Amino acid sequence: MLFHNLGKGKTARAGAVAALAVSIALLATGCASDSTGGGSTDAAGGDTGNLAVTFIPKNLGNPYFDTSDKGGKTAVESFSGTFQEVGPAEASPDAQVSYINTATTQGVGALVVAANDPTAICDALNEARDTGIKVVTFDSDTDPECRDLFINQADAEGIAKVQIDEIAKQIGESGEVAILSATANATNQNAWIEQMKTYAASEYPNITIVDTVYGDDDDQTSFDKTAALLQSHPNLKGIVSPTTVGIAAAARYLQTSEYKGKVALTGLGTPNQMRDYVEDGTVTSFALWNPEDLGYLSAMAAKALIEGTITGAEGDSFEAGDLGSFKVGADQTVLLGDPFVFDKSNIGDFDF
Amino acid sequence: MTTATATPNPTPNPQAAPAKAARVYKDYGQPLWRRILFTRETAIIGLLALVVIVSLITVKGFSQPVTLGYLLLDIMPILLIALPMTLVMITGEIDLSVASVVGLSSATLGLLNQAGVDIGVAAIICLVVGALGGALNGFLVTVVGLPSLAVTIGTLALYRGLAVGLLGTTAVTDWPKFWTDLAKAKIGGTTIPVVVILFLVLAIVFAVLLHFTPFGRGIYAIGLSSEAASFSGVHVNRTKFILFVLTGTVSALAGIYYTLRFGSARGDNATGLELQVIAAVVLGGVSVFGGRGALHGVIAGVLLIGVLSSALRLVNVTSDVINIITGVLLVLSVVAASFLAWVRKKRIGPGGKKHGGPIAAKA
Repeated sequence: MLFHNLGKGKTARAGAVAALAVSIALLATGCASDSTGGGSTDAAGGDTGNLAVTFIPKNLGNPYFDTSDKGGKTAVESFSGTFQEVGPAEASPDAQVSYINTATTQGVGALVVAANDPTAICDALNEARDTGIKVVTFDSDTDPECRDLFINQADAEGIAKVQIDEIAKQIGESGEVAILSATANATNQNAWIEQMKTYAASEYPNITIVDTVYGDDDDQTSFDKTAALLQSHPNLKGIVSPTTVGIAAAARYLQTSEYKGKVALTGLGTPNQMRDYVEDGTVTSFALWNPEDLGYLSAMAAKALIEGTITGAEGDSFEAGDLGSFKVGADQTVLLGDPFVFDKSNIGDFDF
Repeated sequence: MTTATATPNPTPNPQAAPAKAARVYKDYGQPLWRRILFTRETAIIGLLALVVIVSLITVKGFSQPVTLGYLLLDIMPILLIALPMTLVMITGEIDLSVASVVGLSSATLGLLNQAGVDIGVAAIICLVVGALGGALNGFLVTVVGLPSLAVTIGTLALYRGLAVGLLGTTAVTDWPKFWTDLAKAKIGGTTIPVVVILFLVLAIVFAVLLHFTPFGRGIYAIGLSSEAASFSGVHVNRTKFILFVLTGTVSALAGIYYTLRFGSARGDNATGLELQVIAAVVLGGVSVFGGRGALHGVIAGVLLIGVLSSALRLVNVTSDVINIITGVLLVLSVVAASFLAWVRKKRIGPGGKKHGGPIAAKA
């Protein structure tokens, strides 16, 4: 009787087989991680020797964050720490929480996070900090009370300066220039445009900014506004577009128009979007920060926090390997530096 | 089939009749302990226990009490919504709009909080919004007579659209500390969140409703045969309508919890959660065709998915691989059930005589 194959017993048996399979999978992955983890999880949080750094980008499979995490990995390997990259597949506001919680349980030395939502991950980060984990945010900050340091990619002054310098260089420091912005109430862009106007007036008196138009960060609108701009200002020598959507749309218009090579274009763009236009000469140069450096600096800042070299207080300074020395500014923020200028000579080195 | 040997149903209670009609002699041909032990629910609970034990032994950090706390907080919305979803799916219907109701409830709570409404009052309004959302689903399914799959795909888009429309792309993040703390509070001295008590109360309510009331027997009856249930005196449409309203209300409750836990009300909160809920319910042994399933299996199913992903995250498996493992597990569980049904059918001879069955063995 005991060994009769009863109908429902089979279901139980199938369950047992499945259980076994799952357990084996779990065992295998568990063992694998033991051998590669380098025992990093043994160290308790807050240990000054625990150089396990976990990067949590907004989402995985995003070329921008792949590039920044690559920089982070280089940095972590340079100081013989343990690098780890985890994160959600979708950049949804709460998806990072379970990864932060997991890192807390693992007892890593530091978390380097690009926040999807400034508030949703706050409590999880603070719980991590309570156990001694150092938290560095980069690219997108959280509320300041939830992290030890924010690595800012660029400040308004630097962004304004690089764009005006580039356009001035390209048009010979004199002539009419227009601005193609995002939306009329975009906080970042408006702040930059203000700075650009001030900087241009003081440094390049022969350049006049004749117009500011808004492409609403929409490809087609930006394209149409570029066309209208060139019609209404026949003497226009250059366009500055401090938005990645705007600069790509403007470049696309210029590429096929009679203005190609006559009207200069610069602004903020990404290498993948702008590659064609730079290679065929429509655009000479454009600016953005270098995400690889951003990741590198974030990892170096994490190391300085773990080792206690800095506490995150204003005025602290630390060495960031190849990038030199950095100082903590107001609001526990470290500035990466001047934006990076991409042109024909270096665009091939980037893929994001 | 062996139904030929089934005794005619002598029960006078008409509501229990359809459920019993599906049972066959061999269901009673085994002792009670065996009928309890050899079920799909028990298999899932066993699988869960095994995964927990293996994780405790092999996964570093899993044995820390804090892991359990995080795990429960993470799966709480799924646990909550799985309760009414189980009932809906046992009737053979489905509700795909639950995650959108979570989003709508979150957005509503955010707007009311912005307007200065007390969170307690706002929460009640959210529950009403959820109930109305469920009622619309129920109305379209029972009164208009549309298939629930089509209806709730439509309302999935509709409620999500409303939620995002209400708040736009902004997030409401300024909450009274009392409420956000409550959502994460732990039961004194442990790492178990207080919200587990809410879940346990609801779980008991739904378990009693499903397994120990005539209403619950009616739910199974509808799933086995809607017509037979109707002829036996079960209010088919009323039952379904009530279940859709319950699902909407509990989803709204999950939305309130979700919002307070993360301190962030957004229209796109919990996008895609409906599939996690349905996956857990199916894994827990509920048939998508209706008529079978039990709450303890579903709760084990949710916990199994939660424990697996928690353990896999701790060993740094990426989210894509976790999804693959969960998916394979789900497919295996469904395939195993169908495969065993096929085997069982094969084993029964053409004359309806079962080879090597308990009766044959006795003889």
